[in-house]
Amino acid sequence: MAINKNSNGYTFLFSIIMVVVVGSALAYTSQSLKPLQKANEADKKMVDILGAIKVPATRANAKEEFSKYVVERISVKYDGSEVNTASGDITAGDKTDPFNIDVKKEYRAIISKIIKSTKKDPEGRKQRLGDAEVTYPLYVCEKNDTTFYVAPVVGTGLWGPIWGYVALLEDGKTFYGTTFDHKTETPGLGAEIKESFFTVKFEGKTLNTSSETVFEVKKGGAVVDEHSVDGITGGTITSKGVGEMLNRTLPVYVKYLSNTSNQKAQK
Amino acid sequence: MSTEVKEIKKTSEPLFSKKNRKLLSDPLNDSNPITVQVLGICSALAITVQVQQAVIMSLSVLFVMIGGNVIVSLLRNRIPDRIRIIVQLVIIAALVIIVNEVLKAFLPDISEKLSVFVGLIITNCIIMGRLEAFALGNKPGPSFLDAIGNAMGYAWILVAVAVVREIIGSGAISLPGMGQVKFIPSSWFIAEGGLYENNNLFILPPMALVVVGIIIWIQRSRNTKLIEEN
Repeated sequence: MAINKNSNGYTFLFSIIMVVVVGSALAYTSQSLKPLQKANEADKKMVDILGAIKVPATRANAKEEFSKYVVERISVKYDGSEVNTASGDITAGDKTDPFNIDVKKEYRAIISKIIKSTKKDPEGRKQRLGDAEVTYPLYVCEKNDTTFYVAPVVGTGLWGPIWGYVALLEDGKTFYGTTFDHKTETPGLGAEIKESFFTVKFEGKTLNTSSETVFEVKKGGAVVDEHSVDGITGGTITSKGVGEMLNRTLPVYVKYLSNTSNQKAQK
Repeated sequence: MSTEVKEIKKTSEPLFSKKNRKLLSDPLNDSNPITVQVLGICSALAITVQVQQAVIMSLSVLFVMIGGNVIVSLLRNRIPDRIRIIVQLVIIAALVIIVNEVLKAFLPDISEKLSVFVGLIITNCIIMGRLEAFALGNKPGPSFLDAIGNAMGYAWILVAVAVVREIIGSGAISLPGMGQVKFIPSSWFIAEGGLYENNNLFILPPMALVVVGIIIWIQRSRNTKLIEEN
């Protein structure tokens, strides 16, 4: 049994066996741990949504608190029309449940491509965003007999994705609370968007529903009014990303909420 | 005749012989991967803000280290020489991915804090170094001990740095499963009318380097054979 360890045949055989063994081991681990990871992600999402309406929750009590405060989950099209509603318990894997819409995946797969290809064509961008098969989830929450609307937003920072949840008051245009997070922004600069000193700036500000840009994140030190906040010094591109995702996503909900309030008024 | 005697000696060598015990104890002090060989510094600076992160990171490295060393040692007569580095990398990468997936499933909060640094265990020079320098030429038993020794050498520095940084920087200690325990009474803080303030400098990575430097200083003053002649 003299095998020449340095022959090409042996090297290839060894590599092939190694790849098959390692590949199947990893596939097995990934598949068997997926349900747990998915559940963790859902818990994190609930904690973030509750964070936007200033309900402190942990992973342990996320489900309980979520069902206590979030009364309805709605999915909305780009033009502001309603697609689906759901309330009560969440079934993992139920595609019609707005909670299971993966906004990050939709952003990565569809929206970010549209944004890239329509950099100089804002009209065309709107057209294509309207045509895209994307639904926007909205969470209706009730805390102390007040209604809040929580909307997820996703965008791009300097190095990678940024995202957050925006809680609007019942009028559908006043910020109640926000949470932002990021994957790989620069610590001390862009990464500061998740810190409370930045997120509190949004509270009480309103969306400018009569203008094209509903909200602005201005470059550090600029004069701000009720429709804008001061960005983060040294985190210009991340701040711009925050402004972009708010401006792209929130008008959808503004349209939806003004539609529904009109309907209510007619009734 | 002499060769025969040697062979008998080799096969009958117990796992915890004097030579093998040295494999465990050396990396803790005389050949510590961080303070003497200055390997794996990157993660030592990045994740020593809290003790629980340091502990989980150390356990991850321990697992990858043991797995890598034992597997490579078992395969050492089968691995083709020309692709041995690739084989080592694949083994380490596979183990690291498994660790990362397990952390994501069972310790999501800590996994988030460790973020990319679990993945970066792949590039931790300590692991590659031990596979190439030790496991490729030794039996699984000694390789196993060598892995534990080196991982513990890495771990105790990591935890020591984290303890100093967390106490001074956050006024707290956090252990896995317990969460962060703040032991400095809030009335001591300047905001509450006291005289104490957490030193935020210790939360920043540069202070980890200073702490590692101080540990090296103390170690060399006690262990004089580490001091170079020139």
